[in-house]
Amino acid sequence: MVTPQLLCRVEDVAEGEARGFGPLEGYRRKIVILRRNGALHAWLDACPHYPGGTPMAWKTNAYLNGEKTHLACHSHGALFDMESGECVLGPCLGQQLTRIALAISDEGEIFVAAAQEEKRA
Amino acid sequence: MNIIGPDYLVFGVDDVAASSEYLTAFGLKPIDVTDKGGLFEALDGSGIIIRHKSDPSLPPPLPTSNMLRQQVYGVRASEDLDAIEAELSKDRRVTRLADGSIETKDDHGFELKFQISKRRELNMPAEKINAPGAPAQRRPNEIGVWEEMPAAPRVLSHVVLFVPDIDVATNFYCGRLGFVITDVLSGAGPFLRPKANDDHHTLFFIRTPEYMKGCEHLAFHMGGPTELMVAGTRFVKKGYQSFWGPGRHKFGSNWFWYFNSPLGCHFEYDADMDKHDDEWIAREAQMGPEASQIVLFEMREKWAPGGPPPGAKP
Repeated sequence: MVTPQLLCRVEDVAEGEARGFGPLEGYRRKIVILRRNGALHAWLDACPHYPGGTPMAWKTNAYLNGEKTHLACHSHGALFDMESGECVLGPCLGQQLTRIALAISDEGEIFVAAAQEEKRA
Repeated sequence: MNIIGPDYLVFGVDDVAASSEYLTAFGLKPIDVTDKGGLFEALDGSGIIIRHKSDPSLPPPLPTSNMLRQQVYGVRASEDLDAIEAELSKDRRVTRLADGSIETKDDHGFELKFQISKRRELNMPAEKINAPGAPAQRRPNEIGVWEEMPAAPRVLSHVVLFVPDIDVATNFYCGRLGFVITDVLSGAGPFLRPKANDDHHTLFFIRTPEYMKGCEHLAFHMGGPTELMVAGTRFVKKGYQSFWGPGRHKFGSNWFWYFNSPLGCHFEYDADMDKHDDEWIAREAQMGPEASQIVLFEMREKWAPGGPPPGAKP
Protein backbone atom coordinates (compact mmCIF):
# COMPACT_ATOMS: atom_id res chain seq x y z
CA MET A 1 0.00 0.00 0.00
CA VAL A 2 1.42 3.33 -1.04
CA THR A 3 0.88 6.33 1.21
CA PRO A 4 -0.99 9.13 -0.53
CA GLN A 5 1.03 12.32 -0.87
CA LEU A 6 -0.10 15.92 -1.01
CA LEU A 7 0.39 17.24 -4.55
CA CYS A 8 -1.28 20.66 -4.61
CA ARG A 9 -4.57 22.42 -3.87
CA VAL A 10 -7.66 22.63 -6.08
CA GLU A 11 -7.29 26.40 -6.46
CA ASP A 12 -3.76 25.96 -7.87
CA VAL A 13 -5.17 25.05 -11.31
CA ALA A 14 -7.64 27.42 -12.99
CA GLU A 15 -10.16 26.50 -15.70
CA GLY A 16 -8.42 25.77 -19.02
CA GLU A 17 -4.99 25.64 -17.37
CA ALA A 18 -2.46 22.85 -17.00
CA ARG A 19 0.36 22.80 -14.45
CA GLY A 20 3.07 20.36 -13.50
CA PHE A 21 3.71 19.30 -9.89
CA GLY A 22 6.38 17.13 -8.28
CA PRO A 23 8.01 14.80 -8.95
CA LEU A 24 6.79 13.33 -5.68
CA GLU A 25 8.72 10.78 -3.68
CA GLY A 26 8.43 7.50 -5.58
CA TYR A 27 7.78 9.10 -8.97
CA ARG A 28 10.25 9.59 -11.79
CA ARG A 29 8.04 12.14 -13.54
CA LYS A 30 5.98 15.15 -12.67
CA ILE A 31 2.19 14.98 -12.62
CA VAL A 32 0.26 17.31 -14.91
CA ILE A 33 -3.02 18.57 -13.48
CA LEU A 34 -5.48 20.35 -15.73
CA ARG A 35 -8.97 21.69 -15.31
CA ARG A 36 -11.39 21.28 -18.20
CA ASN A 37 -15.12 22.03 -18.03
CA GLY A 38 -14.75 22.38 -14.29
CA ALA A 39 -13.30 18.90 -13.73
CA LEU A 40 -9.71 18.15 -12.70
CA HIS A 41 -7.71 15.55 -14.64
CA ALA A 42 -4.23 14.32 -13.75
CA TRP A 43 -1.76 12.77 -16.18
CA LEU A 44 1.76 11.49 -15.78
CA ASP A 45 4.18 13.90 -17.47
CA ALA A 46 5.42 11.15 -19.78
CA CYS A 47 4.68 11.05 -23.50
CA PRO A 48 4.00 7.40 -24.45
CA HIS A 49 5.99 7.85 -27.65
CA TYR A 50 9.14 6.70 -25.80
CA PRO A 51 9.53 3.63 -23.61
CA GLY A 52 9.43 4.96 -20.06
CA GLY A 53 7.92 8.23 -21.28
CA THR A 54 9.50 11.62 -21.84
CA PRO A 55 8.65 14.99 -20.24
CA MET A 56 6.16 16.94 -22.34
CA ALA A 57 6.45 20.67 -21.49
CA TRP A 58 8.73 23.04 -23.41
CA LYS A 59 9.08 25.18 -20.30
CA THR A 60 7.88 24.95 -16.70
CA ASN A 61 4.08 24.50 -16.81
CA ALA A 62 3.97 24.99 -20.64
CA TYR A 63 1.97 21.83 -21.41
CA LEU A 64 -0.76 23.08 -23.74
CA ASN A 65 -0.67 23.70 -27.48
CA GLY A 66 -0.85 27.27 -28.78
CA GLU A 67 -4.65 27.27 -29.08
CA LYS A 68 -4.95 25.81 -25.54
CA THR A 69 -7.23 23.10 -26.92
CA HIS A 70 -5.00 20.09 -26.21
CA LEU A 71 -2.31 18.80 -23.94
CA ALA A 72 0.80 18.72 -26.14
CA CYS A 73 4.10 16.88 -26.04
CA HIS A 74 6.69 19.46 -27.06
CA SER A 75 9.12 16.71 -27.95
CA HIS A 76 7.56 16.00 -31.35
CA GLY A 77 4.31 17.95 -31.25
CA ALA A 78 1.87 15.16 -30.31
CA LEU A 79 -1.56 16.40 -29.20
CA PHE A 80 -3.64 14.69 -26.50
CA ASP A 81 -7.29 15.06 -25.60
CA MET A 82 -7.29 16.86 -22.25
CA GLU A 83 -10.09 14.73 -20.78
CA SER A 84 -9.43 11.25 -22.22
CA GLY A 85 -5.62 11.42 -22.51
CA GLU A 86 -5.77 9.93 -26.00
CA CYS A 87 -3.20 11.03 -28.58
CA VAL A 88 -5.23 12.51 -31.45
CA LEU A 89 -2.35 13.75 -33.63
CA GLY A 90 1.35 13.02 -33.84
CA PRO A 91 3.87 10.24 -33.37
CA CYS A 92 1.99 8.28 -30.70
CA LEU A 93 -1.39 8.41 -32.45
CA GLY A 94 -3.96 6.27 -30.61
CA GLN A 95 -1.81 5.76 -27.51
CA GLN A 96 -2.82 7.02 -24.06
CA LEU A 97 -1.30 9.15 -21.38
CA THR A 98 -1.18 7.50 -17.96
CA ARG A 99 -4.03 8.76 -15.79
CA ILE A 100 -3.22 9.46 -12.15
CA ALA A 101 -6.01 8.91 -9.66
CA LEU A 102 -6.65 11.90 -7.40
CA ALA A 103 -8.19 12.13 -3.95
CA ILE A 104 -9.47 15.55 -2.92
CA SER A 105 -9.94 16.35 0.75
CA ASP A 106 -12.78 18.47 2.15
CA GLU A 107 -10.20 21.25 2.57
CA GLY A 108 -9.37 21.18 -1.17
CA GLU A 109 -6.05 19.36 -0.88
CA ILE A 110 -5.20 17.07 -3.80
CA PHE A 111 -3.53 13.78 -2.89
CA VAL A 112 -2.08 11.11 -5.18
CA ALA A 113 -0.63 7.67 -4.57
CA ALA A 114 2.26 6.48 -6.73
CA ALA A 115 1.32 3.69 -9.10
CA GLN A 116 3.60 0.70 -8.64
CA GLU A 117 5.18 0.99 -12.09
CA GLU A 118 6.13 4.60 -11.41
CA LYS A 119 8.12 3.81 -8.30
CA ARG A 120 11.62 5.15 -8.66
CA ALA A 121 14.06 2.31 -9.25
CA MET B 1 26.21 22.15 -57.00
CA ASN B 2 27.96 23.96 -54.19
CA ILE B 3 25.36 23.66 -51.47
CA ILE B 4 26.74 24.94 -48.15
CA GLY B 5 23.96 23.95 -45.77
CA PRO B 6 20.76 25.33 -44.30
CA ASP B 7 20.63 29.15 -44.15
CA TYR B 8 17.18 29.13 -42.56
CA LEU B 9 14.49 26.74 -41.42
CA VAL B 10 10.97 28.13 -41.71
CA PHE B 11 8.19 27.13 -39.28
CA GLY B 12 4.46 27.80 -39.16
CA VAL B 13 3.77 27.86 -35.42
CA ASP B 14 0.58 27.93 -33.37
CA ASP B 15 1.94 30.39 -30.79
CA VAL B 16 4.17 33.13 -32.20
CA ALA B 17 4.74 34.81 -28.83
CA ALA B 18 5.79 31.60 -27.08
CA SER B 19 8.04 30.61 -29.99
CA SER B 20 9.65 34.06 -30.05
CA GLU B 21 10.33 33.84 -26.32
CA TYR B 22 11.81 30.37 -26.76
CA LEU B 23 14.09 31.24 -29.69
CA THR B 24 15.39 34.34 -27.92
CA ALA B 25 16.05 32.43 -24.70
CA PHE B 26 17.82 29.74 -26.75
CA GLY B 27 20.30 32.44 -27.70
CA LEU B 28 19.17 33.54 -31.17
CA LYS B 29 18.87 37.24 -32.00
CA PRO B 30 15.48 38.54 -33.21
CA ILE B 31 15.83 40.49 -36.47
CA ASP B 32 12.82 42.66 -37.42
CA VAL B 33 10.60 40.37 -35.37
CA THR B 34 7.00 41.48 -34.78
CA ASP B 35 3.93 39.78 -33.33
CA LYS B 36 3.64 38.12 -36.75
CA GLY B 37 7.06 36.47 -36.37
CA GLY B 38 10.33 36.98 -38.20
CA LEU B 39 13.94 35.81 -38.30
CA PHE B 40 15.97 34.67 -35.28
CA GLU B 41 19.66 34.69 -36.14
CA ALA B 42 22.75 32.84 -35.00
CA LEU B 43 26.00 34.80 -35.03
CA ASP B 44 26.65 34.08 -38.72
CA GLY B 45 23.17 35.20 -39.84
CA SER B 46 21.72 31.70 -40.36
CA GLY B 47 18.69 30.88 -38.23
CA ILE B 48 15.01 30.18 -37.76
CA ILE B 49 12.08 32.02 -39.41
CA ILE B 50 8.66 31.74 -37.77
CA ARG B 51 5.19 32.86 -38.82
CA HIS B 52 1.77 31.95 -37.48
CA LYS B 53 0.57 28.75 -39.14
CA SER B 54 -2.32 30.67 -40.74
CA ASP B 55 0.02 33.21 -42.39
CA PRO B 56 -0.62 32.99 -46.15
CA SER B 57 2.99 33.95 -46.94
CA LEU B 58 4.19 30.57 -45.65
CA PRO B 59 4.79 27.61 -47.93
CA PRO B 60 2.04 24.97 -47.49
CA PRO B 61 2.22 22.66 -44.45
CA LEU B 62 3.19 19.01 -44.46
CA PRO B 63 0.20 16.64 -44.21
CA THR B 64 1.23 15.90 -40.59
CA SER B 65 1.19 17.91 -37.35
CA ASN B 66 4.82 18.95 -37.94
CA MET B 67 5.39 22.71 -38.08
CA LEU B 68 8.36 22.74 -40.49
CA ARG B 69 7.36 24.65 -43.63
CA GLN B 70 10.58 25.07 -45.62
CA GLN B 71 14.30 24.36 -45.63
CA VAL B 72 16.23 27.26 -47.13
CA TYR B 73 19.62 26.11 -48.42
CA GLY B 74 22.51 28.46 -49.06
CA VAL B 75 24.70 27.92 -52.13
CA ARG B 76 27.95 29.62 -53.16
CA ALA B 77 27.01 31.33 -56.43
CA SER B 78 24.29 31.95 -58.98
CA GLU B 79 25.76 29.19 -61.20
CA ASP B 80 24.85 26.73 -58.44
CA LEU B 81 21.25 27.92 -58.50
CA ASP B 82 21.23 27.49 -62.29
CA ALA B 83 22.59 23.95 -61.95
CA ILE B 84 20.00 23.00 -59.31
CA GLU B 85 17.22 24.52 -61.41
CA ALA B 86 18.36 22.64 -64.51
CA GLU B 87 18.58 19.32 -62.64
CA LEU B 88 15.33 19.50 -60.70
CA SER B 89 13.30 21.00 -63.57
CA LYS B 90 13.60 17.63 -65.32
CA ASP B 91 10.81 16.15 -63.24
CA ARG B 92 9.16 18.86 -61.12
CA ARG B 93 8.12 22.47 -61.01
CA VAL B 94 10.92 24.82 -59.98
CA THR B 95 9.96 28.44 -59.37
CA ARG B 96 12.48 31.23 -59.87
CA LEU B 97 11.80 34.15 -57.51
CA ALA B 98 12.53 37.84 -58.19
CA ASP B 99 15.67 37.77 -56.03
CA GLY B 100 17.11 34.90 -58.03
CA SER B 101 16.39 32.20 -55.45
CA ILE B 102 14.50 29.07 -56.47
CA GLU B 103 11.75 27.06 -54.77
CA THR B 104 10.69 23.47 -55.24
CA LYS B 105 9.84 20.29 -53.31
CA ASP B 106 11.81 17.13 -52.59
CA ASP B 107 10.46 13.65 -53.34
CA HIS B 108 8.71 13.42 -49.96
CA GLY B 109 6.98 16.77 -50.38
CA PHE B 110 9.27 18.81 -48.13
CA GLU B 111 9.38 22.42 -49.35
CA LEU B 112 12.84 23.61 -50.40
CA LYS B 113 14.38 26.93 -51.29
CA PHE B 114 17.86 27.59 -52.60
CA GLN B 115 19.54 30.98 -52.41
CA ILE B 116 23.02 32.47 -52.57
CA SER B 117 24.02 31.94 -48.95
CA LYS B 118 23.39 34.82 -46.59
CA ARG B 119 25.72 33.41 -43.95
CA ARG B 120 28.36 35.86 -42.76
CA GLU B 121 31.91 34.61 -42.32
CA LEU B 122 32.79 34.24 -38.64
CA ASN B 123 36.18 35.06 -37.22
CA MET B 124 36.12 33.85 -33.63
CA PRO B 125 38.32 31.58 -31.53
CA ALA B 126 37.29 28.01 -30.68
CA GLU B 127 37.22 26.89 -27.08
CA LYS B 128 40.80 26.69 -25.85
CA ILE B 129 42.00 23.84 -23.62
CA ASN B 130 45.15 23.03 -21.70
CA ALA B 131 46.46 19.48 -21.48
CA PRO B 132 49.71 17.98 -20.18
CA GLY B 133 52.09 17.13 -23.01
CA ALA B 134 50.67 19.71 -25.38
CA PRO B 135 51.35 23.44 -25.68
CA ALA B 136 48.98 25.41 -23.46
CA GLN B 137 46.20 27.03 -25.48
CA ARG B 138 45.39 29.56 -22.77
CA ARG B 139 48.09 31.96 -21.61
CA PRO B 140 49.04 32.21 -17.92
CA ASN B 141 46.22 34.00 -16.05
CA GLU B 142 43.75 33.44 -18.92
CA ILE B 143 40.76 31.73 -17.28
CA GLY B 144 38.59 29.12 -18.99
CA VAL B 145 35.14 29.86 -17.58
CA TRP B 146 33.40 32.73 -15.88
CA GLU B 147 29.81 33.32 -14.87
CA GLU B 148 28.90 35.75 -17.65
CA MET B 149 30.93 34.06 -20.40
CA PRO B 150 29.35 34.28 -23.86
CA ALA B 151 27.66 31.11 -25.12
CA ALA B 152 25.70 32.05 -28.23
CA PRO B 153 24.77 29.75 -31.12
CA ARG B 154 27.20 30.45 -33.96
CA VAL B 155 25.84 28.64 -37.02
CA LEU B 156 22.73 26.66 -38.00
CA SER B 157 24.39 23.25 -38.10
CA HIS B 158 21.96 20.61 -39.28
CA VAL B 159 18.40 19.45 -39.63
CA VAL B 160 17.06 15.95 -39.02
CA LEU B 161 14.01 14.78 -40.93
CA PHE B 162 11.51 12.02 -40.24
CA VAL B 163 10.97 10.39 -43.63
CA PRO B 164 8.98 7.27 -44.54
CA ASP B 165 11.42 6.07 -47.24
CA ILE B 166 15.17 6.38 -46.69
CA ASP B 167 16.00 5.33 -50.25
CA VAL B 168 13.74 7.99 -51.75
CA ALA B 169 15.25 10.66 -49.50
CA THR B 170 18.86 9.56 -50.08
CA ASN B 171 18.43 9.27 -53.85
CA PHE B 172 17.06 12.78 -54.00
CA TYR B 173 19.66 14.56 -51.86
CA CYS B 174 22.67 12.50 -53.02
CA GLY B 175 21.63 11.65 -56.57
CA ARG B 176 20.12 14.97 -57.53
CA LEU B 177 21.82 17.53 -55.24
CA GLY B 178 25.29 16.09 -54.71
CA PHE B 179 25.15 15.35 -50.99
CA VAL B 180 27.53 12.62 -49.72
CA ILE B 181 26.80 9.94 -47.10
CA THR B 182 29.33 10.20 -44.27
CA ASP B 183 28.00 7.46 -41.95
CA VAL B 184 24.90 5.29 -41.60
CA LEU B 185 22.93 4.36 -38.49
CA SER B 186 21.12 1.30 -39.79
CA GLY B 187 17.58 1.17 -38.50
CA ALA B 188 17.44 4.96 -38.69
CA GLY B 189 19.23 6.35 -41.72
CA PRO B 190 22.26 8.12 -43.22
CA PHE B 191 24.17 11.26 -42.25
CA LEU B 192 24.60 13.58 -45.24
CA ARG B 193 27.10 16.31 -46.04
CA PRO B 194 26.61 18.71 -48.95
CA LYS B 195 29.47 19.31 -51.38
CA ALA B 196 30.47 22.77 -50.14
CA ASN B 197 30.55 21.92 -46.42
CA ASP B 198 33.05 19.68 -44.62
CA ASP B 199 30.91 19.19 -41.49
CA HIS B 200 30.14 15.52 -40.76
CA HIS B 201 26.46 16.22 -41.43
CA THR B 202 24.04 18.99 -42.22
CA LEU B 203 21.23 16.51 -42.81
CA PHE B 204 20.20 13.21 -41.23
CA PHE B 205 17.18 11.01 -41.88
CA ILE B 206 15.22 8.86 -39.48
CA ARG B 207 12.79 6.37 -40.97
CA THR B 208 9.30 6.69 -39.51
CA PRO B 209 5.69 6.11 -40.53
CA GLU B 210 4.20 8.58 -43.01
CA TYR B 211 2.13 10.31 -40.30
CA MET B 212 5.31 11.47 -38.52
CA LYS B 213 6.90 13.07 -41.58
CA GLY B 214 8.59 16.30 -40.56
CA CYS B 215 11.47 17.78 -38.61
CA GLU B 216 12.74 15.72 -35.66
CA HIS B 217 15.33 18.27 -34.60
CA LEU B 218 17.62 21.03 -35.70
CA ALA B 219 20.95 22.05 -34.24
CA PHE B 220 23.20 25.05 -33.84
CA HIS B 221 26.99 24.90 -33.55
CA MET B 222 28.47 26.33 -30.36
CA GLY B 223 32.08 27.42 -29.78
CA GLY B 224 32.97 24.25 -27.86
CA PRO B 225 31.69 21.75 -25.30
CA THR B 226 31.96 24.26 -22.45
CA GLU B 227 29.82 26.84 -24.30
CA LEU B 228 27.33 24.05 -25.05
CA MET B 229 27.03 23.06 -21.41
CA VAL B 230 26.94 26.66 -20.19
CA ALA B 231 24.20 27.57 -22.68
CA GLY B 232 22.23 24.42 -21.84
CA THR B 233 22.54 24.93 -18.10
CA ARG B 234 21.37 28.52 -18.38
CA PHE B 235 18.44 27.33 -20.51
CA VAL B 236 17.44 24.70 -17.94
CA LYS B 237 17.71 27.20 -15.10
CA LYS B 238 15.21 29.41 -16.93
CA GLY B 239 12.75 26.50 -16.86
CA TYR B 240 13.19 25.03 -20.35
CA GLN B 241 12.89 21.27 -20.67
CA SER B 242 15.95 19.14 -21.40
CA PHE B 243 15.20 16.11 -23.56
CA TRP B 244 18.55 14.33 -24.06
CA GLY B 245 22.01 15.29 -22.96
CA PRO B 246 24.47 16.74 -22.50
CA GLY B 247 26.58 14.08 -24.12
CA ARG B 248 28.79 13.34 -27.09
CA HIS B 249 27.77 11.44 -30.21
CA LYS B 250 29.98 8.78 -31.76
CA PHE B 251 29.23 9.46 -35.43
CA GLY B 252 30.29 13.05 -36.05
CA SER B 253 31.95 13.25 -32.59
CA ASN B 254 29.81 16.29 -31.81
CA TRP B 255 28.73 17.16 -28.31
CA PHE B 256 24.95 17.43 -28.00
CA TRP B 257 22.18 18.68 -25.75
CA TYR B 258 18.56 18.45 -26.91
CA PHE B 259 15.56 20.43 -25.65
CA ASN B 260 11.80 20.38 -26.12
CA SER B 261 10.34 23.37 -27.96
CA PRO B 262 7.03 24.99 -28.88
CA LEU B 263 7.97 24.53 -32.56
CA GLY B 264 7.03 20.84 -32.55
CA CYS B 265 10.59 19.52 -32.74
CA HIS B 266 13.72 19.35 -30.62
CA PHE B 267 16.34 22.08 -30.59
CA GLU B 268 19.95 21.02 -30.12
CA TYR B 269 23.14 22.76 -29.14
CA ASP B 270 26.07 20.98 -30.78
CA ALA B 271 29.82 21.51 -30.67
CA ASP B 272 33.09 20.17 -32.05
CA MET B 273 31.80 18.12 -34.99
CA ASP B 274 34.17 16.10 -37.19
CA LYS B 275 35.18 17.41 -40.60
CA HIS B 276 35.37 15.17 -43.67
CA ASP B 277 36.48 15.21 -47.27
CA ASP B 278 35.84 12.89 -50.19
CA GLU B 279 38.52 10.44 -49.01
CA TRP B 280 36.31 9.40 -46.09
CA ILE B 281 34.67 5.98 -46.21
CA ALA B 282 31.27 5.84 -44.53
CA ARG B 283 30.90 3.64 -41.44
CA GLU B 284 27.78 1.77 -40.45
CA ALA B 285 26.41 0.92 -37.01
CA GLN B 286 23.12 -0.33 -35.66
CA MET B 287 20.93 2.46 -34.24
CA GLY B 288 20.83 2.35 -30.44
CA PRO B 289 22.29 3.99 -27.34
CA GLU B 290 25.67 2.29 -27.81
CA ALA B 291 26.06 3.64 -31.32
CA SER B 292 24.58 7.05 -30.59
CA GLN B 293 26.61 8.30 -27.66
CA ILE B 294 30.06 7.80 -26.21
CA VAL B 295 29.15 9.74 -23.06
CA LEU B 296 25.83 10.93 -21.66
CA PHE B 297 25.13 13.05 -18.64
CA GLU B 298 21.71 13.82 -17.26
CA MET B 299 20.64 17.14 -15.86
CA ARG B 300 18.62 16.15 -12.81
CA GLU B 301 15.34 17.95 -12.55
CA LYS B 302 14.92 20.19 -9.56
CA TRP B 303 13.14 18.38 -6.77
CA ALA B 304 12.25 19.34 -3.25
CA PRO B 305 13.15 16.82 -0.56
CA GLY B 306 10.26 16.07 1.74
CA GLY B 307 9.54 14.02 4.83
CA PRO B 308 11.92 12.87 7.57
CA PRO B 309 15.47 11.67 6.89
CA PRO B 310 15.84 7.92 6.17
CA GLY B 311 15.62 5.86 9.33
CA ALA B 312 14.14 8.66 11.44
CA LYS B 313 11.57 7.79 14.04
CA PRO B 314 8.00 8.27 12.81
